[in-house]
Amino acid sequence: MDKSAATAITSFTLNGTIVQVDPAPGERLSHSLRERLDRKDVKIGCNAGDCGACTVLVDGAPVCACLMATQQATGRKVETLAGLVKADPDAQALMESFQHHQAAQCGICTPGMMVSAVALLRAEPQPTDAQVQDALGGVLCRCTGYRKIIDAVVGAHAADQMVKAPTELGHSARRFDGLPKVDGSEKFGDDVAPAGALVARVIRSPYPSASFTFGDIAAWQAQHPGIETVLTAKDVPGLNAFGVIPGFIDQPVFAVSHIRFRGEAVACVVGDADVMAALDLGSFPVEWTSQITLSDIDDAITHDAPLLFDDRKGNIMCGGFVKCGDADAALDAADAMVEATYKTSFVEHGYIEPEAGFAEMVGGRLHVHACTQAPGMDRETLASVLNMPMADIRIVPTAVGGGFGSKIDVSLQPFIALATLKTGKPVRMTYARNETMQSTTKRHPAQISIRIGAKSDGTLSGLSFDGDFNTGAYASWGPTVANRVPVHASGPYRIPDYRARSRAVHTHCPPAGAFRGFGVPQSAIAQETAFDLLAEKLGMDPLAFRLKNALTDGVPTVCGQVFDQGVGIKACLEALQPAWEAAKTDCAAFNTTSRTHKRGVGIASAWYGCGNTSLPNPSTIKAGLRADGTVVLHQGAMDIGQGSNTVIPQIFAKALGVSIDGLILLGADTDITPDAGKTSASRQTFVSGNAALKAGETLRSEILRQANAGPDARITLESGQVIVTEAGRTQALDLSRLDANTEGYVLMAQETYDPPIKPLDENGQGIPYAQFGYAAHLVVVEVDIALGLCKPLRFVAAHDVGRAINPLLVEGQVQGGIAQGLGMALMEEYIPGRTENLHDYLIPTIGDIPPIETLILEVADAHGPYGAKGLGEHVLIPTAPAIFNAIYHATGAKVTHAPATPTRLRAALKEAGHA
Amino acid sequence: MSYITATTLEDALYALAAGPASVIAGGTDWFPAQGDHHFDGTLIDISRLAELRGVSRTDKGWRIGAATTWTDIIKADLPAAFDGLKLAAREVGSVQIQNTGTIAGNLCNASPAADGVPPLLTLNATVELSSTDGTRQMPISAFLQGVRKTDRAAHEILTAIHIPDLPAESKGSFVKLGARKYLVISICMVAVLVTIEAGLVSDIRIGIGAASPVAQRMTALEDALRGLPVTDLPDVVTDDLILGLTPISDVRASADYRQTAASHVIRRAIAQALEGAA
Repeated sequence: MDKSAATAITSFTLNGTIVQVDPAPGERLSHSLRERLDRKDVKIGCNAGDCGACTVLVDGAPVCACLMATQQATGRKVETLAGLVKADPDAQALMESFQHHQAAQCGICTPGMMVSAVALLRAEPQPTDAQVQDALGGVLCRCTGYRKIIDAVVGAHAADQMVKAPTELGHSARRFDGLPKVDGSEKFGDDVAPAGALVARVIRSPYPSASFTFGDIAAWQAQHPGIETVLTAKDVPGLNAFGVIPGFIDQPVFAVSHIRFRGEAVACVVGDADVMAALDLGSFPVEWTSQITLSDIDDAITHDAPLLFDDRKGNIMCGGFVKCGDADAALDAADAMVEATYKTSFVEHGYIEPEAGFAEMVGGRLHVHACTQAPGMDRETLASVLNMPMADIRIVPTAVGGGFGSKIDVSLQPFIALATLKTGKPVRMTYARNETMQSTTKRHPAQISIRIGAKSDGTLSGLSFDGDFNTGAYASWGPTVANRVPVHASGPYRIPDYRARSRAVHTHCPPAGAFRGFGVPQSAIAQETAFDLLAEKLGMDPLAFRLKNALTDGVPTVCGQVFDQGVGIKACLEALQPAWEAAKTDCAAFNTTSRTHKRGVGIASAWYGCGNTSLPNPSTIKAGLRADGTVVLHQGAMDIGQGSNTVIPQIFAKALGVSIDGLILLGADTDITPDAGKTSASRQTFVSGNAALKAGETLRSEILRQANAGPDARITLESGQVIVTEAGRTQALDLSRLDANTEGYVLMAQETYDPPIKPLDENGQGIPYAQFGYAAHLVVVEVDIALGLCKPLRFVAAHDVGRAINPLLVEGQVQGGIAQGLGMALMEEYIPGRTENLHDYLIPTIGDIPPIETLILEVADAHGPYGAKGLGEHVLIPTAPAIFNAIYHATGAKVTHAPATPTRLRAALKEAGHA
Repeated sequence: MSYITATTLEDALYALAAGPASVIAGGTDWFPAQGDHHFDGTLIDISRLAELRGVSRTDKGWRIGAATTWTDIIKADLPAAFDGLKLAAREVGSVQIQNTGTIAGNLCNASPAADGVPPLLTLNATVELSSTDGTRQMPISAFLQGVRKTDRAAHEILTAIHIPDLPAESKGSFVKLGARKYLVISICMVAVLVTIEAGLVSDIRIGIGAASPVAQRMTALEDALRGLPVTDLPDVVTDDLILGLTPISDVRASADYRQTAASHVIRRAIAQALEGAA
């Protein structure tokens, strides 16, 4: 027997230093590295080898640290990102190139990507795209769409020639918060808890529909020394419910007696970390009685279905409606008509960072450090649940390892907050992968019927739309989806006769909530693929058909809203024209010789209203000048990887008229940043950007007033001085004669922007949004006829962003959105109880995303800061319908059920005559 | 509750004989199976046993040590008959998984979708099971008994895989069907080993996985193809020769789809094997 095995101490070399740990038998190396050796740059996304975030080098070879026993590292050389970037030349080159190419968005996968890339570069300093894909294929990224990562690794050793882009607005400045993402120092939700914090774990229902009763919890607790407390509904001092929309605050923190979805929380156990790790939650005293389960919309709307909520008749939570003209009459008068039905599936957000955070009491106040998209709303929710004044709650967001909508809602925050209040001690919690996939919100599955008519000249003549959306067990953002869809289901087209109706239907499924697009990606699948069928009936080219009907300035939308400027859909479609013509020719040539594989090209348009639908949606930004001459920007617009920590300062600096380089960025933190609203609805660049612009302008005018200078004077911040230059006259402001306010600022500005909107009437007529953004995607696909496989070969994405504040960030959003749209189109289908992991639920890998060309159009918007429009959600709306249109063009197969898995696509091909 | 790093095979076998324990090498299936459950048993780590690592020539063929990783196999200098196994090795999980996951672990885990099994079936591989009582050998088809079920007794360790001599001119292939490029569990996968002599198929072996509880050889099809001119092969692979599949419907594909796809994947794997075959 190996002598060293008899002792528990394990010794290995970690980043060049010999370390010793005392792990439990079979403890995961990832756990030892993070919890015993404080190597928090090793990220944990799944604990199953499915995501690769925990990749480290062991004797130079990349391995998943979650799949290796710490004992197996004995005597070996273990390298993590934080160690590599200190000394390894390949890692240092990657640090530069990842920042240069903006290959890190949220940054949670970045350590795994970079460590894998180091191993590749050591063997192959000048790798090809394909080599990079093979080497990084084991690491999942949900933000970037991978192409920038490929660029960064292929170009790593060109890093010393990389010229840093200018930082001012309109240039592809590096992310201002980019360095911690590439050197391993970024702190995510699971990286911040103090040593010795208690650990909370939640008891969740294994049944989607059940009643339950507790046994003797106190006796159970007594049998388990080290458990500090057990929380149930009776421990909630305030409202035992949370939600996001007034009137729909319906999800209990802890279920009281009935379960409405699998994974619903009934209790929370809090105790010493080691005790909690060893605890078998299956021994918790609770008895479940399974009940009738409504698994989908059809189950839920049958006349005798049990109600999830007594006051929501027929399990209909709410609906949305938009009507203009007379859709039925126009359809009757149409020369050609298409009628079609579509189904889509639950889609999981699939961020690589599971929900995590910790709470503690500081000076009698509650501090919650967790990953979130909406610190202000988190605080409001906790105040209500805890029955505490908002002023006594501080939300300190950590870095967010991907959100995409789901981290707008609270998840673990109420649990750790309650646990901390009850125990008085810091309490941490991290969701397991199956826990996050079971219990957090999803994209709504939709069942859509659509009818679209046109005159023989191609003019649209009537559209009717009926969409049922499976909103799951609780409201979350379901009402928003119900409202948004009828406004958007026309697409960016002129349709004078229109009627769209939506319903949000309760089922015993996880709550469906916000996910990039709020229901519009689903409705766009129906409308945009039906458009191609209609164009075919009319004998028209699909692009020409869209151009003929595209909205323009001065033409009313289906809500009767008339924009006299800023409508950019035609610019997007026209930008695709050359690629469209070339692709049609290429596909035809390929198809003449290939029998087993067929190529096709598809296009689809999108529009998306930025900000809340007909509701107030303010953002506030604060900035101040210190006596030492530094300008501080209080930036509360949560950066979840999309880039608000870069875009907002770029806008602010432009408005202030200074270089961005000296700015100090603070936040987000509810104690120090005013509420910039939630990161959702593609609103941060537009809404918070406007607040930043106004704050910059106000601070500028304050400075110029102090200098008695005119509005065109130049402000320069250098060496602790504020220099004002006007007509050759230069003066340094004497900051010492100004009194600092309580916050330490000699000059300060705080400004709020709220988009001008008007309520919708009973027919959905009004001003739902101050601005829309526009997009059109083109994709070329190759279909493997016999196997029903669809392989996208390339995308061309045209996006009207009004003004590209940072063009590379625009590309990053577009590529990442396309990756999610591709996943939704071809592989992503969340099935409650069956796909609660990242090997049964598939998201695209680095080998699944083809080259993407982004065409940035700048049709300035009068409401946007410097003309800018929102972008975050527009990027995935056209992707899935473009792919389905390309499949139809290639093969004649109609995809009506997303995703087009091999099984479904093969069936559609068969129906189209491909035996 | 202990962790035993075996330094000799004998140590490992005696430790295993002493009581219930889990044997791990790469750990790439063991850890995911644990999930977030706390492990309080005994682990015997055989990954450091040099005698279990690597591919070597024997007087009767080849021996692959049980703890040989997929990366070891990719890097090994082996004849073209092993091309199918090498291609399968590249499809096991990811580079990270291939760097630690082992060939015997893939067999002992007994997943119907284990990528390593179809090529090993075509190589007529046998497994060697060792215990303090001695060793025994059996064909892989006898070792794998069902979903997550093998003939390994609790006190045995799979110590090696033996592959009998192969005709010098034989060539292997492997085609995997999955719903994405990397890190994907197979919908189905096929390995082929073909030997061509004077334009005729002197031998052909076809293994298919994820289309039945245990991967299997397509013997009826093999019989129909053996002896035929190479040029005839594509036309002879007809659905009526693809017998014995019992595909299931799961989140990856429907049973019908699998049944239909299987014949296409088989044809493609044959075509791939014929490319460059003598």
